[in-house]
Parts: sequence; C-alpha cells; structure tokens
Amino acid sequence: MAVMAEPVAVPARRSSLWTRAFESRHFLGAMFMVPAVAILILFLAYPLALGFWLGMTDTKIGGAGRFIGFQNFVSLAKDSVFWLSVFNTIFYTVTASAVKFAIGLYLALLLNERLPFKSMIRAIVLLPFVVPTVLSAIAFWWIYDSQFSIISWVLIKAGLITRYIDFLGDPWNARWSVVAANIWRGVPFVAITLLAGLQTISPSLYEAANLDGATNMQRFRHITLPMLSPIIAVVMTFSVLMTFTDFQLIYTITRGGPINSTHLMATLSFQRAITGGNLGEGAAISNAMIPFLVAAILLSFFGLQRSRWQQGGRD
Amino acid sequence: MSSVQIRDVRKSFGNFEVLHGVSIPIEDGQFVVLVGPSGCGKSTLLRMLAGLENITSGTISIGDRVVNNIQPKERDIAMVFQNYALYPHMTVGENMGFSLKLRNASSDEINKRVKRAAEILALAPLLDRYPRQLSGGQRQRVAMGRAIVRDPQVFLFDEPLSNLDAKLRVAMRTEIKELHQRLKTTTVYVTHDQIEAMTMADKIVVMHDGIVEQMGTPLELYDKPDNQFVAGFIGSPAMNFLKGHVRVNGVATFEGPNGVKLPLKNAPAGSDGRPVVYGVRPEHFTIADDGADAEIIVVEPTGSETQVFAKVGGEQVVAVFRERHQFNPGDKVQLKPDPSLVHLFDEATGKRM
Repeated sequence: MAVMAEPVAVPARRSSLWTRAFESRHFLGAMFMVPAVAILILFLAYPLALGFWLGMTDTKIGGAGRFIGFQNFVSLAKDSVFWLSVFNTIFYTVTASAVKFAIGLYLALLLNERLPFKSMIRAIVLLPFVVPTVLSAIAFWWIYDSQFSIISWVLIKAGLITRYIDFLGDPWNARWSVVAANIWRGVPFVAITLLAGLQTISPSLYEAANLDGATNMQRFRHITLPMLSPIIAVVMTFSVLMTFTDFQLIYTITRGGPINSTHLMATLSFQRAITGGNLGEGAAISNAMIPFLVAAILLSFFGLQRSRWQQGGRD
Repeated sequence: MSSVQIRDVRKSFGNFEVLHGVSIPIEDGQFVVLVGPSGCGKSTLLRMLAGLENITSGTISIGDRVVNNIQPKERDIAMVFQNYALYPHMTVGENMGFSLKLRNASSDEINKRVKRAAEILALAPLLDRYPRQLSGGQRQRVAMGRAIVRDPQVFLFDEPLSNLDAKLRVAMRTEIKELHQRLKTTTVYVTHDQIEAMTMADKIVVMHDGIVEQMGTPLELYDKPDNQFVAGFIGSPAMNFLKGHVRVNGVATFEGPNGVKLPLKNAPAGSDGRPVVYGVRPEHFTIADDGADAEIIVVEPTGSETQVFAKVGGEQVVAVFRERHQFNPGDKVQLKPDPSLVHLFDEATGKRM
C-alpha cells in the first residue's frame, strides 16, 4: 500500500505488484499450470529420470550404486536371456496385436449391423475388459493347468486327443498360450473403440456408394476402411503399447517360464531388479524398451498426419 | 433417359402404413417434384425408387423394367442427398469419378467425363479440393456433378437445397432447372417447399399423409386445386378460407361468418344452403366500394407488394396488393374478392365444388 502515499500526480489507481501480477495473463497462465506441472514432474519426469540414472549405475537393493556408464547395456548385449526376452516381446506384441485387430474389427463390423439382442452382445463383448487382469490371468492359469485343464478335458472327451496338453511346460505352447490370453483380454478394447468409429460414418455414405454401384466388399474397401483409418491408428498404437509393456498376465500365468521362454522385457526387468535385487540392471532393461515404444508412437503419428482430408475447411 | 411408372405403391414399417397406394406416371425427360409437409411419405417414396427401401406392395418401373427386386446399383439412377453424402476422404474429382472407377472405366474415360461435368457446374478449379474445404453451395454442386458423371436414366433429388441459405437456395434452384433443360434427364425431386416445386417442376405431385392429393402442372394446381389441402399448400401467402353457406337467391352469394356476404360467380347445382369453405387467394382481393367490410390489423410492405392482414366478419384474412395503398392499422376498408377466381370447397370432404 506504499504506492498510495506517492504524489497525487501519479494516477491514483496504481496498485500493488501482487495485484498487478494477478491481472497479467502470463502470470495467471503460469500459476494455473503449476498443479499440472507439479504432477507431471513428480509422477512422470522424476521417475523417468531416475530410471535413466539407475540404468547407468550398479545400484543394488539396500546399497547406493556407482555410476558405471553404459556397462549395464554392454553386459545385456551379451546376455542371451535378455535377447530371448526381446524376441518374446516382439513375437507377443506382433501376433497378439494382429489377431486383436482382426477379431476386434470383425466384431465391430458385426455389432454395427442390425442384430437381435445387440445391446446384450455388446455387453458380453465388453466382459473380458471388465474383469481385473490378475483374476482373468488366474482363470487362464487353471485353463492351462497340466492336470485340470478344461481344454484338454474337453478334447479328450471328444476323442480328439489322448493325452493332456502341456500348455505351460513347453516353450512354444507357453508362448501361444499367453498370446491367446492377451488376445482374449485385449479384443474388447479394440472392438468397442472401432465400433464407436464405425458409428460416426454417416449411413448416407453407404447409400451413396450403393447407388454408385459398390459391392459390399468395395464399400468396405473404399468407405469403411479409409473413414476408419484415423481411429485404427489410435487404437492400434494403444494396443501395441499396452501389449509391449504387458506384465500382469505373464507374471501371473508363467512368471516368464518355462526356461525364460515367455519372459517379456517388462517381466525380466522386474525379475532382475526386484526379485534379483539388481536395480541398475533392471532399469537398463526397462530403458531398452524405450526405442521400441518411441518407434511405435512415431509410426502412428506419421500414419495420422497423412490423412489430409480431415484437416482444413469449415464444420 | 427413361420414363418411370409408380403403380399403387404401398409402404409399411411394421404395422404402420406410411404410403397408402400411390400411383404416379412420369414421362421421359420430365421434371417431377414431390411436395408435401414433413411425414407425408415423399422421401420414403423417393428412397423406394432408388432402391434404398423395400416396396411393400405395388410396382415401380424404370423404362420397361420393373425394379422392385433390382439392387440400387443396377437401377441406373443417381441421387443427390440432403446432406450431399460426399465421400470426405476423396477429392472433388475422385468423388465425381467414383462410380466410373467402380465400373472399371479407364482413367482417360473417367478424366474426360469428370472434366465435362466439372465444366458444366463450374467446378473445374476445385477438382483437387476435399469436401471439407468447400462451401455449402460448392458441395451441393459436387453432389450434382457426381450424379451427372454417371449419365443415369433418372436423377433423384432428396431436399437438396434445404441446407443452404435463402439466397443460395434461389440461385441453385435456377441452376438445377437450367441443368435439367440442358441434359433433359428424367428427374424426381423431393421438397417441402412449395416455391421450389412451383418454380422448377414440369409436374407437381402434392402428397399428404401417404396419399397423392393432386398432380398437375404448377399453374393447374394454383388455378384449380382439387381440394382444400392443395389450395392451402400451394401459393404464398396461403389461400384464405372462410366457412359459411351458399345462398342462391336470384344471384349466388356466399354467406360467411357474422353475416359477411361475398360474391360468387355462379353456385354449383344444388348447393343452396350447403356448408362450404370459401377460398380466395390473397392476390385476388381488390379494394372496392361494394366489398366486404374489413378492419386492417397489420400492414407489411415488401417493396414490390404489400401484405395486409385484416379482419373480415371476425376472421383474419390476408390480402396482397401490387399497387401502393396508404393503409394504417385500424383503418376500415372494403375488400372484394374477384368472383371468377374464387374457390369453393365442400366443408365436410374438403373437395372442390
């Protein structure tokens, strides 16, 4: 309030620095961003930076580590288990995502038609998404059990096989089994999101294409697919990211076994860092996932950029 | 080009019948407008003609071919939708050439025909744009271009101008009519706007509640409406209706509400004392000393003409004058309908007498 004491010649409405600051757009804008920035720094930037740092140290649980540069990465490059986990992760992501997309698109197209009991079928499709991941993983664990597997039981009763299938004991059986579990869990997300995309396509476009002489297949190829492509790009980016970083299903069903054949980079990182106590090495494995994830994001980013028809103009 | 025959066509959605036996003959090259209030079934009928809705009973033929069970794409028709239904991911040129591409036409052929249509519609500079980058009127023209490129037997228009602003609508009306005069393709056009119908049509079909009320040339409908609905629907401002009785007492007159007497040219035989509806168009009133007493309520000058709302026998009527009178609200004047242009309708059935 000292300003008020100044000579009368100065306009009487000079206010304090504090009041003026709150009238400034820039200051206010910065103030309003503080909570968001704080949350981002605390929960995103700090852990990420810590992860980078840990990956460059030989930190163990209970002890402060030393900076060792890229030594963790050098030793990982010679580690066959690490390379197996990279292969597993890519195999898991590519097969599961491809099948999830195929089944999800098929279900979305089906649910977009006039069907009896449509809303009930939609609810059923969503079910796998609603069940907590660990619960569904435990259910799959039982389904794949070497003695009590319902699949083996049904196949034997049907006379198709004579011995119980060792789902989780054989490397390739185990890989396909966890891929199947991931597909079961991921299809609803793809299907429901693509369905939402399909419903934004105006029916009159199909009518116009119909009059223009398009067959069902041509309508799908020339109307549905291009109109859906932006949503496909978003959904598949999410799907790939979620599959690539999957942890719960694998850790609950196989813990990475047998003989590391289902270890993903995420589960291997956890095993080395928490179970094994080598925080530095575990962090290095996590950091090794980053280039793959960035590549996936860039791919979809440029995929989205291409659709020029969505930009510009009115409405 | 082809003629179109719609014979006793009915349409039901579930148990609810929306079209109750509609028959419309359309000659080769004719511009036919289906007009009526919303819910009258005109759009449904057009969609049945396009093959987008099933025909419950009756037949539709295009040329000599009954098309009831023929797929839309094999009917050789082109349709312009109310929302244009342009493919948003294709350029203007691709939109127009899409049907040819589906028919595996050579790219030379596609280019040639798209170019020709673009020239007719002044779209040539826009061929590489996407629909989002166009104004409403341009999109409308692209939708028409897509139809022209096909060179179909029949053009169908489903309320194509209702998304445009008033000024553009008038301009496009002329453009569509000019296009028809040039291409002479049989056209079926659906609208709820009677002015569009009057200005564009060779033949107007007035529909109401799933039936055809009347068909004919614009002036036939204006001069000789078959019933009270058509009389009220065609013409703007709408025709005035007064309820009353015919009195034949040497000279035929109409006795309206509160004893108002209005002239009749001649009374239909046996109509003495019958309850009737007396219809007179606003533009057929004149100011005359022997007219009916009227009290002016509102005066609306539009420049070229003046609309006057007045009370005659307690009922509100509207009159339109081309000449400039000095009227003020509350003025008492004598309004006289031209007896040779008056319409009489049976009060019970609404039919013309």
